[in-house]
Amino acid sequence: MPFDYRRAPDPESAVAAATGWAGVAFLAGGTNLVDHLKLGLTSPEVLVDITGLPLDEVEELPDGGLRIGATVRNADLAAHPVVRRDYPVLARALLSGASGQIRNLATTGGNLLQRTRCVYFQDLTTPCNKREPGTGCSAIGGYTRHHAILGASAHCVATHPSDMAVAMAALDAQVAVLGTGGRRVVPLVELHRLPGDEPHRDTVLAPSDLITSVDLPPLPPGTRSLYRKVRDRASFAFALVSVAAVLRVEDGVVEDVRIALGGVAHKPWRARRAEDVLRREPADEEAFRRAIDAELAGAAPLEGNGFKVPLTRNAVVSALRELSREQR
Amino acid sequence: MDGDIELRVDGRRRRLRVDTRTTLLDALRDGVGATAPKKGCDHGQCGACTVLLDGRRVITCLALAVAHDGAEVVTAAGLARGDRLHPVQEAFLERDALQCGFCTPGQVCSAVGVLDEVAAGHPSAVTADLTGPVELTDDEIRERMSGNLCRCGAYVTIVDAVRDGAR
Repeated sequence: MPFDYRRAPDPESAVAAATGWAGVAFLAGGTNLVDHLKLGLTSPEVLVDITGLPLDEVEELPDGGLRIGATVRNADLAAHPVVRRDYPVLARALLSGASGQIRNLATTGGNLLQRTRCVYFQDLTTPCNKREPGTGCSAIGGYTRHHAILGASAHCVATHPSDMAVAMAALDAQVAVLGTGGRRVVPLVELHRLPGDEPHRDTVLAPSDLITSVDLPPLPPGTRSLYRKVRDRASFAFALVSVAAVLRVEDGVVEDVRIALGGVAHKPWRARRAEDVLRREPADEEAFRRAIDAELAGAAPLEGNGFKVPLTRNAVVSALRELSREQR
Repeated sequence: MDGDIELRVDGRRRRLRVDTRTTLLDALRDGVGATAPKKGCDHGQCGACTVLLDGRRVITCLALAVAHDGAEVVTAAGLARGDRLHPVQEAFLERDALQCGFCTPGQVCSAVGVLDEVAAGHPSAVTADLTGPVELTDDEIRERMSGNLCRCGAYVTIVDAVRDGAR
């Protein structure tokens, strides 16, 4: 379908250009949106090109944190010296996503707002509640290797595909949003929704809401982080399960731990139960197992993805073991 | 809706009018006549459409032409200096790094981009030390070239060619 194409010179005019339309999309790297235009998954009346917005800088904040502009390319963010030095979990997550050619186009905001790669969502010939509310979910009872084991509903079992967002969830990132009503800040862990009975809504954003930047708070000295991704191919594949882990151990005791999981839910899954179990406990394998078992007690695997439960358990234990070894 | 854009393609300035739905790949192939970038999957999965866009390797099948007004595009056909092939192209010939050749223009552009990224010290998913220098091992080449598929399976010699091209 044809669309009206508009270039926005600044964030305010981008939001203004997007306001009042039912079918509107912001165009940044295009690596997911243009594919969806071709597949017929979306047919906006208006496309607002935001690639010219002055949001392509990474800025060090006075408190020691980092502000990442929404149109910073994934490749540039992964290569940024401060990200490589202070936030290895984020650099590793970015580098494990997509391919070099795609990372040179894809942006921070676009990566967060990319949509599920559920094969049924992408196939117009099959029912899908996310694509066409009320038509049913073809994945339930179908091919579910890449689907959710946590937080799914009877209406949708899709997973969020981003690696970057999982790292940002573990880093307590804050998302700056400009909307028709002004600016607001959304914690990254609250940006994406669980499917519930409205799986067509991936996030809490309105169509004219524009992500302008993502802030990363500083990590206390001595904190270590890593990203572990398990997938069907060694490269250029989405996660079956991924783990973003942030850990600070003092005198053998867990002082701070943050765990986010990818490939297992409709959103980057912050493993709060596991974190609660682990805080102030000895940093050993027994505690790591107890922690992730507490989280996975709530898992509800589907017929084709029960393997994700032990896979998640082992990936988390191995990630925490590696981080705690670095801190002895 | 149409849009007027200007591209610099392999050193030549080209003005064209495109439907706003036109991808950069289609604008290059059908609008400009630059047929080195190939349409393989047309969904960002194969890398056959890779070019250097403003100096960086990108796929062109998921980029809208209208959003790249003023861009500088170098395709595999534009890498040579007259009759002198680019060292990466020479290496692909020398190493027999192709069979049917369909993916080769994308492979070559991607390899040129990879070598620039390595020279700039950018790590990859397999780089052990994120803050240290990057050594172009075969594992690094395989990881960095993973966005370019070769259905003939010339991967072994492609890795050789990229390694040689770095010299």
